[in-house]
Amino acid sequence: MELSVFIVKSIIILAVFGVSLLIATYSTWAERKIAAFLQDRPGPNRAGIFGLLQPIADAGKMFFKEDFIPRQANKWLFIAGPSLAMLTACMTSAVVPFGDTVLVNGAEVTVQGIDINIGILYVFGVVSLGVYGVMIGGWASNNKFSLLGAIRAASQNISYELAMGLSIIAILMMSGSLSLRTIVEQQHGMNWNIFFQPVGFIIFLTCAFAECNRTPFDLPECETELIGGYHTEYSSMKLGFYLFAEYINMFVSSAVIAVLYFGGYNYPGMDWVRESLIGGLGLNWGHNLATLVGTMVFFGKIFFFIFFFMWVRWTLPRFRYDQLMNLGWKGLIPLAILNVVLTGAGLLAGTRLLSWVLILGVVLVATIQAGTARKRTVAAGRLSKV
Amino acid sequence: MKLTNRSRKTDKSPMTIAERLYLPAIASGLGTTIKHFFQKKPTIQYPEQKREFSPVFRGLHVLKRDEQGRERCTACGLCAVACPAEAITMIAGEREPGQEHLYREEKYAEVYEINMLRCIFCGLCEEACPKAAIFLQPDKIAPAFYERDEVIFGKDRLVEKMDDRASVGIEKYTGVKS
Ligand code: SF4
Ligand code: SF4
Repeated sequence: MELSVFIVKSIIILAVFGVSLLIATYSTWAERKIAAFLQDRPGPNRAGIFGLLQPIADAGKMFFKEDFIPRQANKWLFIAGPSLAMLTACMTSAVVPFGDTVLVNGAEVTVQGIDINIGILYVFGVVSLGVYGVMIGGWASNNKFSLLGAIRAASQNISYELAMGLSIIAILMMSGSLSLRTIVEQQHGMNWNIFFQPVGFIIFLTCAFAECNRTPFDLPECETELIGGYHTEYSSMKLGFYLFAEYINMFVSSAVIAVLYFGGYNYPGMDWVRESLIGGLGLNWGHNLATLVGTMVFFGKIFFFIFFFMWVRWTLPRFRYDQLMNLGWKGLIPLAILNVVLTGAGLLAGTRLLSWVLILGVVLVATIQAGTARKRTVAAGRLSKV
Repeated sequence: MKLTNRSRKTDKSPMTIAERLYLPAIASGLGTTIKHFFQKKPTIQYPEQKREFSPVFRGLHVLKRDEQGRERCTACGLCAVACPAEAITMIAGEREPGQEHLYREEKYAEVYEINMLRCIFCGLCEEACPKAAIFLQPDKIAPAFYERDEVIFGKDRLVEKMDDRASVGIEKYTGVKS
């Protein structure tokens, strides 16, 4: 590898790492702001303009809090828990393609940590490792609430990983590749997978919420039942790491959703933009600028999904545990299998649009049934609106 | 029996498929919250922005002086009797010759203390006072405190300063301003 290529690659890797940390930091700020706005409050606005220094103040507070390790806890595992959670959270963004390529001295360098041909499997593997952070932390705390929270986290993640994997299979059948970059390149322009895999998208989105332990699936830290769940015994920056890892996970899930279903750095009219930039600025600059625009678009999509994560969190109440398991095993997994079968049939028949049949069918059945069902009393109807 | 007209009859008919799918309900819920996202926030940014007090607000006590600057209180103790929280204590003293410019009546309060931790700001002391001496100011809040002994307000903090007179609407008792 040429030296300049090597330098550019290192810069990209560092930038990916730094940006994911920065976005996670400011996600905490965004979460508080969005929560506040959705509840008719202004949110943090004292630390700096619009409260923008709030995450730094939070981190400072976290560092100076007493770092407490319970006497009966297993000390090393107690420390390993949050470290593992943080480590696995930071590892995932390595394979996400953040942009097209940059031209350096005639060589193309991909804007991506590393392009491995099993990218999506890597994401899955690392995300499932993340549950060890929770599990170890909960177990090492030597606290029954923590243990219950950790067990819940483990069972929930296992249940939803199945449906998630099945929903991805439909995508893989269409793209024929496990590499995230290939999947993105196939969605060139407006050929986004969401138009061919709407059911898969809904399943994947739901499972992503469950994998990130976000509301409505945040049972591992359900305060009403488990105090703080797996991080009941944690304080100081160890707690901070757990919370921070959640935000990094959220960023990565948003990125993966955008890559798999919303075309990553592709946007309609990208060819025209690239051509006119190259026409105006020459091949090198034009191409690199076009890549930058694509990366911006990608981050726009990521920010939308982060916003969506928060929006849902402050809208929906938490599931009950049996509801969660019912939804996962009896709802999403059969649906995902059906989707795989339909997609396969569609590919044999030469169309990628067959999973719309599933949506149309469900909508049709639901409207017919709602039309024939006994009307609810007016009072109850009002109640549901309030 | 119907107790209120807000009661509703619950409808326990089974949910339709559309309702069991969750998704329509989730979408409408998201719509509700996003509407609030763009609404005007009713928050008042406190230290910079202050809310108008109600005209009948009862705040921090003040022991008024009369128009010549003499203390009005005569240590009759009626306020202490009226106080439901037993927050007021006082020790009466006799006015010496030459102190006429300090105290209006021959008997005055040497010590007059209100325990702000006990006080419930009911304003009964103000109503009981025959000399129009004690008032609850309509524009001052009793300050926060860090130590317990800061809570007992003596005469040093209760009696009004002549250069910073409290406006409490005393005219309606005495016919004169201040
Ligand atoms: S306001 Fe009420 S409670 Fe407070 S000192 Fe006066 S009478 Fe007592
Ligand atoms: S404040 Fe009024 S009621 Fe209380 S002792 Fe003085 S004169 Fe009497």
